[in-house]
Parts: sequence; C-alpha cells; structure tokens
Amino acid sequence: MSDFVLETKNLGISFGGLKAVQDVNLKIKKNEIYGLIGPNGAGKTTVFNMLTGVYQPTTGTFFLNGEELKGNTQEKINHKGIARTFQNIRLFNNMTVVRNVMVGLHSAPEFKCTLLESLLRLPRHFRVEREMRERAKELLEIFGLLDERNHLAYNLPYGKQRRLEIARALATSPKLLLLDEPAAGMNPQETAELMDMIRFVRDHFDMTILLIEHDMSLVSGICDRLTVLNFGVTLAEGDVTTVLNNPDVVKAYLGD
Amino acid sequence: MDFIITLVNGLSLGGVYAMIALGYTMVYGIAKLLNFAHGDVIMVSGYAILVFLSFDPILAIICATLFCMLLGIAMERVAYRPLRGASPLAVLITAIGVSYLLQSLAQIIFGAADRYVIVADLGSITLGEVKIDVGTIITLGASLVIMMALSLFVKFTRTGRAMVAVSEDRDAARLMGININRIITITFAIGSALAALAGLFSLFRVPTIMPTYGAMPGIKAFVAAVIGGIGSIPGAMLGGILLGVVECICNSTPLAPYTIAIEFAILIVILLVKPTGILGKKRREKV
Repeated sequence: MSDFVLETKNLGISFGGLKAVQDVNLKIKKNEIYGLIGPNGAGKTTVFNMLTGVYQPTTGTFFLNGEELKGNTQEKINHKGIARTFQNIRLFNNMTVVRNVMVGLHSAPEFKCTLLESLLRLPRHFRVEREMRERAKELLEIFGLLDERNHLAYNLPYGKQRRLEIARALATSPKLLLLDEPAAGMNPQETAELMDMIRFVRDHFDMTILLIEHDMSLVSGICDRLTVLNFGVTLAEGDVTTVLNNPDVVKAYLGD
Repeated sequence: MDFIITLVNGLSLGGVYAMIALGYTMVYGIAKLLNFAHGDVIMVSGYAILVFLSFDPILAIICATLFCMLLGIAMERVAYRPLRGASPLAVLITAIGVSYLLQSLAQIIFGAADRYVIVADLGSITLGEVKIDVGTIITLGASLVIMMALSLFVKFTRTGRAMVAVSEDRDAARLMGININRIITITFAIGSALAALAGLFSLFRVPTIMPTYGAMPGIKAFVAAVIGGIGSIPGAMLGGILLGVVECICNSTPLAPYTIAIEFAILIVILLVKPTGILGKKRREKV
C-alpha cells in the first residue's frame, strides 16, 4: 500500500505541439483536501481529464493507492475509485434526481443483476431495484435533496444541481473525489455551506478530495495543501499560507 | 365501415413502422449514429424465416429473431465500433456500405427474384360487417405489447436507466462507471430484434421478399423516427403510427398514387414547424 491515495509522476500532455500540462507531481494523502489552483487556462481541468481517462497523458503516469491507472478507460478508472464532478454541471438533465444517483450506483458490486434476470423479472431484479432506490435516497437525504427526488435534474436550482453532482459521484463509491470548481457561481453564503459540506463528505465518507477552485476564501478555508499551476507547469506547492504568500503565485494571479 | 377497416390496417402498419423506427431512434439516441443498414435487418429476417420455415413456423420466428440480434451485434462490433469518435460522415458512409453489403449478400445467396414466404395461413375474422385479417390484428396487438414492454424496460431496469444516461451524456455516464460498449451492444441487439419482428409482421401483409425488401420500410421508419423526434422512444412510436395511418388512409382514396409523396410532405411540414420533431427535445448547447 502506498503512502498516498493519489500520486502523479511527471504527468503531462501535449495537444499537437502545444504542451498543455507538464510535469505535474501531486502527492495526496488519505483524508486530505487538496487544492489545485491557478489562473484561467493553466491546465487544471486538463489534469482532471487525464486523471479520469478522458485524455491519455503523453508523459508521466499516475497511481491510486499505489496502483497505476494510466491507460485505462473512463469507466475502468471510475471502477478503480476515482469519481468527479464537472465545471459546467453535467447531470442527466431529463432524468429525475433519484435516477441520477441510481446511475452512479450502476456498477456497485452489491447491485449486480444480470440483464436476463431483469428481463425475466426475477425476484432478484425487484430486490436490487428496491435496494438501489433506498441507497440513492439515503444519499439524497444526506445532501438535503430528498424532497426533490422526483424532480427532473434540469429543474433544480443551481446550488442543488452542484450538490446532486457530488451525491452522484459519491454513489460510485470512490476513494478519491475530484471536484471541478464546486463554488463556481455561488454567493458567499452558499460557498460557506459548501465548505461545511466538503468537510462533511471527507469525514462521513472517509474521503480524499482534490479540488479545483478560484474562490480563495474556499481554498484558504478548507484546503490542507495546494498546488498552483500556471501555463501548464507547477508554480508552487505546499501548505496554504506558504503557497498563497509566495511572490510568484501573487504575480501569476495579479500580474506585475 | 370501410373507414374502420382502413384505420385498423393503418394502426397495424403503423405498429410495424414504429417497431422499425424504435431501432433507428434508440441507436441514434445512444450510439449517436444513423444506422442506415437497419432496414436491411428486416430483409435478413424475411430470408431467415424463409430458411427455417421448413422446420416449423414458431421455430422460424425465434431463429430469425435471434439471428438478427446476432447480426446487429456483429454489425456494431465490426463496422461501427472501430469508428467510435470518428467523424459522423465516416460512420454514415459506413452504414450505407453495410446496407449494400447485406443486400448484395442476400442477392448472391437467394438470387434477385421475389420469393414467397407464407408464414402461416391465418385467415380473417368477421365482426359484424367488418372483415379483418388475423395477421393485421396480431401485428397491432403484438406491436403494442412490445412497445409497452420496451418502455417499461427502459424505465424500470438498471440497464434501461444506463441507456438513458448514455443518451443524455455519454462522457458523464462513462465517468460514472457505465460501460458504454456493453450498453451500445444491447441497444443494437434490441433494435435488431424489433426489426426482425417487424419483418415477420410485414410478411403477414405482403408475403414476398427480395434483397431490397428492407429499403422502403427502412426509409419510412426513419421518416417516422424523425417526425416523432429522433432519439425519443415515444416519438418513434407516435411517428410510426401516424405514418402508418396516413398511408392506409391515402391508399383508400383517389390520392393513392401520391401516398409516398404525401408522407414525405408531412415530414417537411413538421420539420419546418418543429425542427426537432414532435416529441424531440431541444438540446442545450454545451459550452
């Protein structure tokens, strides 16, 4: 077993001749809340896309609990234990809230049920469906979405859509949760609630969290450690106070 | 009374179109490709029934359905899966190629001449003054039951739910751990099974097959799927039944020579008024 939940080694990707991200070395410990920050276009979401198999890294590799995951498909990486949310929310809009979470539960081993069993309507099919729905409802209750469970995801207010995305990602039973700008578009009140929720997720689900964020109050409020990316390269890393007072970081954000 | 017969005929033909249209619409919704070889599965079903009919009609129907399911799975595996992520135009041309391949193979094996396939002599029943073919009634009943079963399958099974998720957002579904190859394979199998049964029901109406047998129903079902809103399962059912009823009503009037023109004119009008089809949802642009 590795000391780190997520470890990346010289992770990088080029699109054509453009080196979008180079030599990212993250070492994230269990139960850490780790921030990945940087100006727009620094390559933060690109790192997430590599970690979830959407893009294949051109250099370097990454490990989850010591197991190399590079080269796997998106679904395989999810089965291995990485789940994510999206910068521009990507729920299954025309499905109900509870069904969104049930999609997240799809691959859970305890809910295996063959297609034949479903088609023949064997008792197992009904038991599995009922248990999945119950589990989904438990998750929705935790995230305060139980009353809206039969609404279409599309019709939820923005803040609740963000929460539903986190609930759906947690339904896949990940070991590492990637949050892509969870506070985007939120007011200070909502951001404060979100911070409590992220801490709660870490404690209640025994989770390790890597998040991308622009909101510095959130970053300094909940992150244990940070990595700053700028133009695809690591500008600084370490604990929050040191990194945010680093002159290079200040310059990257505010200009000269 | 004639009108009732026409209407029952139309609903029955509409059921056939709807079943074919469901294959188009499900494959489009989930795999995001237009499988123009889908109509030819109907033709393959006809010949498969012809081959197995010498044993037993029921056995022939089961074998033809299973054979078409395997054909659909093989088609996806060999022709479409390697093109996943390729430009839609490449996939479209491949689909046309698969269509010609199936037609040509049928011509090599069975010849170009018409073959007669009498599945069973079902006769007709008389209700008061109305005389209706039993085949028509079976088609209507069976297509309604199958469509209902499919709706329930999509709504109440985990596989069905995964299918909807993949059609909503393929990448998000994959990142939630759904194996899209498996889902697409199942979609092709279901679509082809529906086409196989549509082939059987078509034989109740006209018991003749030839290698191009699937082309016209295929195109009409595609029109039905677009009218209803491609990608929408209830839309395909509605579009199919609408088209079948219009066709039978037109055929019973002096407008009969213009039936096909009228059907396509309906398509054009609907697309002008509602470009996404009757039940089609407007897609939000993703940024």
